[in-house]
Amino acid sequence: MPGQKTSDGPVDARSGAVAEVAEPSAAQARSGARRSRIALYAVLALVALAFVFPFWFMAVGAFQENPTSSPADLFPTGGWTTQNFTEINSRVSLLRSLLNSLIFTLGVLAGTLTFGLLAGYALSRLRWRGRGALFAIMLGVQAIPFQLLMIPLYVQVTRTYGLGDTYLGMILPFLINTTAVFIFRQFFLSLPESLFEAARIDGASELRILFSIAVPLVKPAIATVALITFIGPWNEFLWPFLITKQATMQPLAVALANYISNVAQTAANPNGAILAGAATLAFPVVLLFVVFQRFFRASDVSSGIKG
Amino acid sequence: MSTATTPTPARRPASRSRLPLGGKLGPQPLGLLLAAPYVLFLAAVMAWPLLQAVWISFHDYFFTAPTAVVEHPFVGFENYVTAVTDPQVRQSFVNIAVFLVINVPLTAILSLVLASALNRVVRFASVFRVAFYVPYVTASVSLIGVWMLLFSSDGLVNTILGPLAPDPSWLVNSSLAMPSIALYVTWKQLGFYILLYLAALQNIPKELYESASMDGAGAIARFRHVTVPGVRSVTALVLILAIITGANLFTEPYLLTNGGGPDGASTSPVLLIYQKGIQQTNPDVASAIGVLLVIGIGLLSMLAARAGKED
Repeated sequence: MPGQKTSDGPVDARSGAVAEVAEPSAAQARSGARRSRIALYAVLALVALAFVFPFWFMAVGAFQENPTSSPADLFPTGGWTTQNFTEINSRVSLLRSLLNSLIFTLGVLAGTLTFGLLAGYALSRLRWRGRGALFAIMLGVQAIPFQLLMIPLYVQVTRTYGLGDTYLGMILPFLINTTAVFIFRQFFLSLPESLFEAARIDGASELRILFSIAVPLVKPAIATVALITFIGPWNEFLWPFLITKQATMQPLAVALANYISNVAQTAANPNGAILAGAATLAFPVVLLFVVFQRFFRASDVSSGIKG
Repeated sequence: MSTATTPTPARRPASRSRLPLGGKLGPQPLGLLLAAPYVLFLAAVMAWPLLQAVWISFHDYFFTAPTAVVEHPFVGFENYVTAVTDPQVRQSFVNIAVFLVINVPLTAILSLVLASALNRVVRFASVFRVAFYVPYVTASVSLIGVWMLLFSSDGLVNTILGPLAPDPSWLVNSSLAMPSIALYVTWKQLGFYILLYLAALQNIPKELYESASMDGAGAIARFRHVTVPGVRSVTALVLILAIITGANLFTEPYLLTNGGGPDGASTSPVLLIYQKGIQQTNPDVASAIGVLLVIGIGLLSMLAARAGKED
């Protein structure tokens, strides 16, 4: 989307076509186009507001002594406090669970950026027996819901391998993000074959081509892959919820869910504490996303989904 | 492996494509080596558990210590019968049907309309994009915390509605709990589908719109006769992904309606898989529910794929 044509094709075309016939009606068409453009912006702005509003509510309420439900409280003039964070931190160690979320997420990122990149390269630039079959399996895999695999994975990870309450157990089922493999593959496919041909003619080994040509060139795709991969484990609830019993091992999403469903009733200002926890969980991803949103491109992501 | 950025000269430069094995494994067998970790991952985390899930559903299966050697006798369709005759299970499938009927069409329509609108603006385009995508990238647990408060009995939504507020309130009302969840999920996921449609809209040739305008087609007619057919294959994808996501509903009934409440009105099949399989330690019946759910998803997805192809 950045750099994509965003000019309004249809309306421009119409006013252009009319202009050749008669001047006055061109002016009319232009004012009509202007009106429809204003309406378009108004609708988009309204919808955008509906999308962003809960975030506003969260950010304001997290710092309010007593977040209430009257519309006037959406723009408070006083009563600011950080007590809500202290309150939830006394029941759930925010730092510890943020650290758990981070380790879980970085483990998945590391696995995806190394093994996913290698697989994407092998699937796009090298010819070997079984490549077509693997690609077909990857497409099929996307249709298998994780929830069907939940019971066998739970049995394997917690009972057979004894990995309950460990980072490895959390990371394993997410180690390589298939969407990321698709994006890497698509990226390597878009590089010109001549680059690789030239290196082969010069006698470079396949390994050398991979590390000295392909890997340095892949940097633009890494940002997109990292962003997409990051949000998965950071936001994941069900799997770490299943395999972590100890509070000290729980990622923030799990700790916050436990707080909401079990502890909040006994808190002095449960609404404020819930919003403080929600804001802590949301903030890192929202910040990353706003800063790097230009890497969240429609064409890249959809190539990763469609394969 | 040790140096990924600085290329180390390969120690045996002669040994790659001309190995004796080269012929059997294809011209560049290195590919197999590079893809091997991913293949192992798919086998261990997808293929094997998938087979196991099906196997468990046909056996009398219970959790045991890893070292214990126990028999898991074959029981045919017994687990399936137990699942299908359980009123809780039936209710969960009805609930998920209600969810899909609301969520899937709403998702497809709203995301296409918003993507077309977004595709036509130049100024503030990135602001709008961030606004639309941000619920999608944020943790559901976090946003559920907010929606819970907004839609609670004395929450902001009911305060604004005043006398029009439903009683009992949204999340504790047995006929509104599931629709509320469906609306929440539509809102949460919409950005992702807008993104998919934006990519598709960029591929519709501009000339199609121009010639439609020449023929006197208005904005709505152009939308119906150029945009909608132009993104048909993506619509099929959007429908399939929305069906899969919806059928996997867990976090929302678990947290937003406090465990599928009120009185099971918002229980989803996956919530039951968790409750029956792990809390009540009946993994065999839970696996049967999972297999039934996947068959249902498969059938619906096939219908959606067909809708995408036909005109």
